[in-house]
Amino acid sequence: MLTQGFFADFGMNDIWILATASLVAASTAMIGVFLILRRQALIGDAISHSVLLGIVLAFLITDSRSLPVMLGGAVIIGLLTAWLSDTLHRVGKLQSDASIGIIFTLFFALGVILVSLYAGQIDLDQECVLYGEIAFVPFDTIYLGGLENGVEMGPRAFWGIGVVFLIVLVSIVVGFKRLETISFHPNLAVSLGINVVFWHYFLMTLVSMTTVASFDAVGAILVVALLVIPASSAYLLAKSLKAMLFIAVAYSQASVIIGYSVAYQLDSSISASIAVSAGILLFATIILLQINKKRQTYQIPCLIFIVKHQSYILDQRVYHSSE
Amino acid sequence: MTKNSRSLPPPLSVEHLSMRYHHKPVLTDVSFTIPEGKSIAIVGPNGAGKSTLLKGIMGLIPTMEGEVHFFGESLTKKRLSTAYVPQREEIDWDFPIKVLDVVLMGRHGHLKLWQRPSAIDYQIAEQALKDLQMWDFKDRQISQLSGGQQQRVFLARALAQQANLYLMDEPFAGVDVATEKAIIELFKNLKTQGKTIICVHHDLNTVGEYFDWIIFINARLVAAGPAEEVLTKDNLNKTYGGRLSLLNDLTEEMYRTKLNQAHDTD
Repeated sequence: MLTQGFFADFGMNDIWILATASLVAASTAMIGVFLILRRQALIGDAISHSVLLGIVLAFLITDSRSLPVMLGGAVIIGLLTAWLSDTLHRVGKLQSDASIGIIFTLFFALGVILVSLYAGQIDLDQECVLYGEIAFVPFDTIYLGGLENGVEMGPRAFWGIGVVFLIVLVSIVVGFKRLETISFHPNLAVSLGINVVFWHYFLMTLVSMTTVASFDAVGAILVVALLVIPASSAYLLAKSLKAMLFIAVAYSQASVIIGYSVAYQLDSSISASIAVSAGILLFATIILLQINKKRQTYQIPCLIFIVKHQSYILDQRVYHSSE
Repeated sequence: MTKNSRSLPPPLSVEHLSMRYHHKPVLTDVSFTIPEGKSIAIVGPNGAGKSTLLKGIMGLIPTMEGEVHFFGESLTKKRLSTAYVPQREEIDWDFPIKVLDVVLMGRHGHLKLWQRPSAIDYQIAEQALKDLQMWDFKDRQISQLSGGQQQRVFLARALAQQANLYLMDEPFAGVDVATEKAIIELFKNLKTQGKTIICVHHDLNTVGEYFDWIIFINARLVAAGPAEEVLTKDNLNKTYGGRLSLLNDLTEEMYRTKLNQAHDTD
């Protein structure tokens, strides 16, 4: 299908890369919708950085790189970031954005120190953590039934984000109405007996899992772009929460396809191209909406003119028809 | 029905409630008990703690001291029979949500996590919207409504909850005449069903006309009782403490209507 034109040597590796990127983008877009609506984009940024500490600690303690260990470490540190930021804000009387900035940079710096200390043991380098390298994703595969004579199952990163994508999807489908209410009006949710604190930390858990599973693919910096940009584009267009989720996912997938094509042509960084495409799509949306608004404001005076001179126009018609 | 309920515990009783905001006392030792089937206004100057009182009653802001009972029980047991209507300014009107979905939130508390609104829930939501003449707008995004229509959507949401006690934060602030009439009509209907309505209210000109009972608040309880008894010059003076604060009130009123006009035009 895709073997014609400039995708002549499009192979299995490209399919794995695209599939991984697509799942990363879809998961982050869905989570991003709630972060945007709850004005918590900054905490998404924070968690995406501080989970580094979680991964490193989990690895040093268990000596394992299996998915449950990585997710567990990330979730614990992610929740700790959210909780400590909030506590620093309440108890320390600091601004809430300053509190978030203090905690996550602290955690991230600790993570960087640990990575550099144990560089020999940890299969992570700072470059890779910050930027990710989705092009290498296909080379780290998992085997079902042992490394020697097992069946190759495809890239580790693909299955990691695949599991997280399913968790995110099921959580949103099941908890949709609750998430809608706590995002729309937390006080109203409290008055309806909804445990707002639980749902806040539940959302933070999803953010932690999504960012850690996206690490290999896009890194700690660009995952923020994928959390915030497609959801923001959707915010400009959507009339309901369900629509916003679908539009955000559509934007994220478009960014993946455009970004990948551009990277393929220019032989540049795939994840950065995806992030730039997401940004360009957002600005294109804003410009189109502005043009549309302008057109409407010109249409209205025109309509008013017609209504005002209606009788005159009608008179003319009567005059002509009677002739 | 209402005769028999004399023996039942009152819909709301507040005992020695004190609240603080950033270490400053906002409300001190407020106590009152509210009768069933009446409309009650909470009145006082700006910063008197009216909204704070309402939020404290609903458990949305921590209280320092005191107890609140709903029908003789704690709030957690009576959550669903108590409907809250927040102030219009506290709502994110750009949120991507449609009118019908807002109203269905009123049914939401009755449902378990995995349950979805049933046909009956939809019927109740439909009736609530029809009662407030908003059914035609059910598929509009809330940002595409005028101020009065937005207020009516939130009242419909409270109505769909089928509560016995309604707590509203300034439902009359900056609404059009049609909405004002719709709200008064709603109050009448609710009262004939024996339901109780408590509102934070700003407009002293209408308070005697719209409400059966008045609670005067200015950091403390000044007076509480039937409108014809407590709506006196003496109580007004005690609550508003001279002309200056009344003047402030008027300027804020003007600011609010301006704000509202700005919202209506866009």
